[in-house]
Amino acid sequence: MTKHSLRDFRENFMKSLFLIGGIGTLLILLLIFAFLFAESFNFFKTYDFWDFLTGTEWKPGASPEMFGLLPLLAGTAAVTVGAIIPAVPVGILSAVYISELAGPKTADILKFAVELSAGIPSVVLGFFGMIHLVPRIQSVFDLTTGQTALTGSIILAIMALPTIISVSEDAISSVPAALKQGSFALGSNHWQTIYKVILPAAVSGISAAVILGIGRAVGETMAVMMVTGNMAIIPGSDIFLSSVRTVTATIALEMGEVAKGTEHYYALFTIGAVLFVITIGINKIAEAVKRKHKQVT
Amino acid sequence: MNATESKNAFSYEDTLSFENAIGFENKYLYEQDPAFSPEMNRKKAIEVKDLNLWYGGNQALKKIYLDIPKNKIFSLIGPSGCGKSTFLRTMNRMNDMISNCRIEGKVCVDGENIYGKGIDVTGLRKRVGMVFQKANPFPMSIYENIAYGPKIHGVSKKEIPGIVEESLRCAALWDEVKDRLKEPALSLSGGQQQRLCIARTLAVKPEVILFDEPCSALDPISTGKIEELMAELKKDYTIVIVTHNMHQAARISDCAAFFLSGELIETGKTAQIFENPQDKRTEGYITGRFG
Amino acid sequence: MSYENRYSDELGQDPVLKKKTARRKKQELYQKTAFLLIKLSAAAAILTLIIIIGDIVLKGYPAVTIEFLTRMPVNQMTEGGILPCVIGTVELILLSLLTAVPLGVIAAVYMTEYAADGKIKCAVEEAVNTLAGTPSVIFGLFGMALFIKYIGLPQSLLTASLTMGLLIMPVIIRTTQEALLAVPKEYREASRALGATKWETIRCVILPAAYSGLITGIIISVGRAAGETAPILFTGAVYYYPKLPDSVFSPFMALSYHLYVLATESMNIELTRSLQYGTALVLLAIVFSMNLIAAGVRRHYKKKLSSN
Repeated sequence: MTKHSLRDFRENFMKSLFLIGGIGTLLILLLIFAFLFAESFNFFKTYDFWDFLTGTEWKPGASPEMFGLLPLLAGTAAVTVGAIIPAVPVGILSAVYISELAGPKTADILKFAVELSAGIPSVVLGFFGMIHLVPRIQSVFDLTTGQTALTGSIILAIMALPTIISVSEDAISSVPAALKQGSFALGSNHWQTIYKVILPAAVSGISAAVILGIGRAVGETMAVMMVTGNMAIIPGSDIFLSSVRTVTATIALEMGEVAKGTEHYYALFTIGAVLFVITIGINKIAEAVKRKHKQVT
Repeated sequence: MNATESKNAFSYEDTLSFENAIGFENKYLYEQDPAFSPEMNRKKAIEVKDLNLWYGGNQALKKIYLDIPKNKIFSLIGPSGCGKSTFLRTMNRMNDMISNCRIEGKVCVDGENIYGKGIDVTGLRKRVGMVFQKANPFPMSIYENIAYGPKIHGVSKKEIPGIVEESLRCAALWDEVKDRLKEPALSLSGGQQQRLCIARTLAVKPEVILFDEPCSALDPISTGKIEELMAELKKDYTIVIVTHNMHQAARISDCAAFFLSGELIETGKTAQIFENPQDKRTEGYITGRFG
Repeated sequence: MSYENRYSDELGQDPVLKKKTARRKKQELYQKTAFLLIKLSAAAAILTLIIIIGDIVLKGYPAVTIEFLTRMPVNQMTEGGILPCVIGTVELILLSLLTAVPLGVIAAVYMTEYAADGKIKCAVEEAVNTLAGTPSVIFGLFGMALFIKYIGLPQSLLTASLTMGLLIMPVIIRTTQEALLAVPKEYREASRALGATKWETIRCVILPAAYSGLITGIIISVGRAAGETAPILFTGAVYYYPKLPDSVFSPFMALSYHLYVLATESMNIELTRSLQYGTALVLLAIVFSMNLIAAGVRRHYKKKLSSN
């Protein structure tokens, strides 16, 4: 009887431990929320909400200090859009190659290569960009500095590629073989089958891939910081060839030097909160799109 | 007893008349065959009373009354989805692991209602062992597979090697594996794996062993070996087996029960069920008209 | 192809067939162009990878010597080795695993084995997904606010490891969950039918069966922890620390941050190029070898599974 109750006790103990562990994850997320928003709240005690949201200048050192979100958002948007334009077609086509054209062995090797490139530390990519891209862009476009939004976009495109390729590849591979065979049986050739049957069937999975790629680009810090020049100005028509500063880079650059508890400190948490909300939004959209894909297949 | 009477007897509309019927059935079961002595009647391994089971809103077992005698092989037959496997799993409460499953009624093992309050489910499963459709040895060595049960039930380390050997011998597997006890269990053939699973069940020394279509994935030779083994095991254990294979039920079991759409249609001695079914539906199934 | 041509030649007189053949030829041209584009894209993707890795390996290789790995940086980090960074990164990895693995495995077991489908499970799943998609710099912010500002820990190995631990926890939870889900439900049934309790089943059957999946997850997260920079930027990694970290409360140097510092803030960026390449190569080597090991474990495990 005592053995029985000991066993029961142990069972209940482990059960509660696991429950606590599960809830713990939830708690961490809530804590992150709480901290980011509590510190942002402190910021808006002294800084006007509209001034922050519509401000066109980010000048922490100036007097009065200016904390306008727009130039940073513009910087993030510029590098992200610039990254997505080449990364999406190249990524989707590569995924098509892996899942439709390559032999099983080549496909395995390519998949592993994609996995590897997803693992390249961003600081290494940033380093590569600094050495090889920055001077080339400077000389090709005849600029005073090669640290531009374009440079950041190229590096980010390289970083977003693995995400886009692997998620689209999953989506394409999960299209039922019966659909494909049906198309072949009607006399379509391979490309018609890919274009008219497979890609439409995988479209929501591929969209999810693109959205996740955008998420990766928006949240990237080190590589962007190393190649974009970090000038907090709203770029004009030459947007891709001017130096920009992203939200992430601002946090990473300034957080190390700022005194805790100052307005500037709270401002950095506020843009952190903005970034957090944006990435959550992006991930939610990707999830919803993916769920739709599951329903289709 | 003609078919109409039998149908009335199993209509379950009136509990009183039903219990009369069960009494009658039991009398038939245990008194007309010299193999069943009158005291057998009292030696019930499992007694099921008014058992109902739902998966969500879907009733999978309806008002089951059934007695399972000790040291016999009792087979549960019926078409797919008739509830026979579900019924088997109520006897060691494996259905507890399904979240939307609700059970009402009584299942008594050795006179104790296993759905009563304060029942130790792990203790129950030790007493009522189970062998599954697909051989499911753990990804461990042969030895560890057998030792697993005794270990978790706190058997001292000294006794375990003895139990392992005894269980493997009982399952007629010892001679085939005694030189390679440390090898992974998954390296055995399908039939051997299934006998290993039987040995693993024997190692915790159960009273009843439930077999859930144990031979459906095996070739005829392995099936024959398992059937022989069951005939041997019934000397010491009560065996309940779910099977799709009519011939197997006829070959090995002493008693049988026919299920259809969650209801128990007919039960009795195997020979009677197969040679002289009382219910048209039983007859239809046995003679292959449906199922 | 040749058969098809002959076939159409023989029947080439028929105007309807002629039209059909022309259409087919057009389709084939489309296909050729499309496939060329597809192949070019794949080649571009793979070529980029090769160029980057090739550049770093070729230029980094001469710099990586035993001395480079075992010496302190000297002369304002323009000469010498990267010993403190290697040690710092290794300690960072170990400490962050120490926080993330137990918590991550527990959360994963909770979700796959214990949680009934319901609100709590949904919420936890949602939390894991969100954490997995959160930018690393946010973790850095959070680590700084919680551990340094509110708890009062110093900028140290401990703080950075806790922060990094939070970052890799979703990776560990997800891979562990996958590994647990891959354990056949028959094992669970068999164990429970023998009278084992849930925890006994998890400890003795499920976790051992999911072992290699679990290891894969840990290895992947090691690679991640080695490469990430943003979370340790303001929680413990420093520009220069003249000695090896002697306790978890001391600041430390890490490979990733060291590379950033050398490449952007060094006294003489051009002069330290080879140091930079060397550091990049060491970092890349750590990350890639982790990926390779993880792939190896996975392949081994697949073989083991398919051999039954």
